[in-house]
Amino acid sequence: MCVTCGCGVDEAAMHSHDHPHFHDHDHSYDHSHDHAAEGRLVSIERDILAKNAGFAAGNRRLFAERGVFVLNLVSSPGSGKTALLAQTVQILREEFPVAVIGGDQQTARDAERIQAAGAPAVQINTGKGCHLDAHGIGHALEELPLPESGVLFIENVGNLVCPADFDLGEACKVVVLSVTEGEDKPLKYANMFAAAKLMLLNKIDLLPHVDFAVERCLEYARRVNPDMRILQLSARTGDGMTAWLDWVRQGQQAALAQQVSRLEMELTSARARLAASVR
Amino acid sequence: MHEMALAESILNIVEETARNQGAVRVTELRLEIGELANVEIEALQFGLEVVLRNSLAAGAQVEILTIPGQGQCLECGAMVPLSARYDPCPQCGGYPVRPTGGQEMRVKDILVE
Ligand SMILES: Nc1nc2c(ncn2[C@@H]2O[C@H](COP(=O)(O)OP(=O)(O)OP(=O)(O)O)[C@@H](O)[C@H]2O)c(=O)[nH]1
Ligand SMILES: [Mg+2]
Ligand SMILES: [Zn+2]
Ligand SMILES: [Zn+2]
Repeated sequence: MCVTCGCGVDEAAMHSHDHPHFHDHDHSYDHSHDHAAEGRLVSIERDILAKNAGFAAGNRRLFAERGVFVLNLVSSPGSGKTALLAQTVQILREEFPVAVIGGDQQTARDAERIQAAGAPAVQINTGKGCHLDAHGIGHALEELPLPESGVLFIENVGNLVCPADFDLGEACKVVVLSVTEGEDKPLKYANMFAAAKLMLLNKIDLLPHVDFAVERCLEYARRVNPDMRILQLSARTGDGMTAWLDWVRQGQQAALAQQVSRLEMELTSARARLAASVR
Repeated sequence: MHEMALAESILNIVEETARNQGAVRVTELRLEIGELANVEIEALQFGLEVVLRNSLAAGAQVEILTIPGQGQCLECGAMVPLSARYDPCPQCGGYPVRPTGGQEMRVKDILVE
């Protein structure tokens, strides 16, 4: 673990959940136990991902303070995340600050594609790791201008399993599914679809050429997550892009509005303190 | 893959606790894994075997307790057992059943010397 990590979270705060209690462990001698009867039982009761949750909370606090709307894009490999983001940032960068963090096991190609579209991007090479974690995001932010009052897109590693468990501090997960995959993906990877706020059905330009039952897919998706918004689009032709862009704009405005009310409250209390000290 | 990352997090928690306790060895480790958590138990056991090998907990006996999945049917309101997230309600056949239990992944306790 790194010492200079800026992603916050007082480590000591996480230790406070050990409540050691000592059992006298008086097993009667007539039943054998595999372990040495002298052992001391230490109760832990801690979530396996508590450390990640701590870093995610730190990221989320930073994003809230700076009014950044953060999306975590998850999908199978090749669903079109990078293609979609390249189109997206090209348009939205004219309206507010945007930036992209990409996770990839090997290369920096995705980041280059985003930079070519005109947005700052940094790639996290996860090596063997199959998902991004909140600690890695904290470090990536050191290499990227934070898109204050704008939008940060995180392209997760292509994998519909693990990223569901790892909170990065995002406002929401967006799951991308393309019509070249099976329509039963929402059922097979239910945890991921259940964790997402929005599902993008991509590559709809290919529908005439593939055997993909859209209605059945949408029904499966709603079965797993009735509250999820679903939009259909093509990053290739631009079909359906407007609805997606509007969804992002709404999120950005909401984040900005929250930042404004937070700042107003701070200003009000600072004014009150000043008035009190002048009197 | 995924279970490997979980195994490493588990080792982290176990070693930290053991050190705080001044323990020299961890002989037993108990985990609680919900039926609806994203965890393949066999893969996790394998991952633990690998990561525990060169640690304070080398050779520790690992016990994994399963917490049954539970949910509330949004159709009829019943609290029902749930073994997979997208299963229909066993009482009315409706969808969806919102999980209320069985998603946890916890290190429960350890036995140290
Ligand atoms: N026909 C069609 N092809 C698309 C569309 N979107 C992406 N593609 C193609 O699909 C392939 C994969 O796209 P990427 O954007 O690299 O997908 P990705 O999800 O970023 O892939 P990974 O980062 O490797 O997981 C590329 O050849 C894209 O040109 C689309 O809407 N229609
Ligand atoms: Mg990509
Ligand atoms: Zn993973
Ligand atoms: Zn029911």
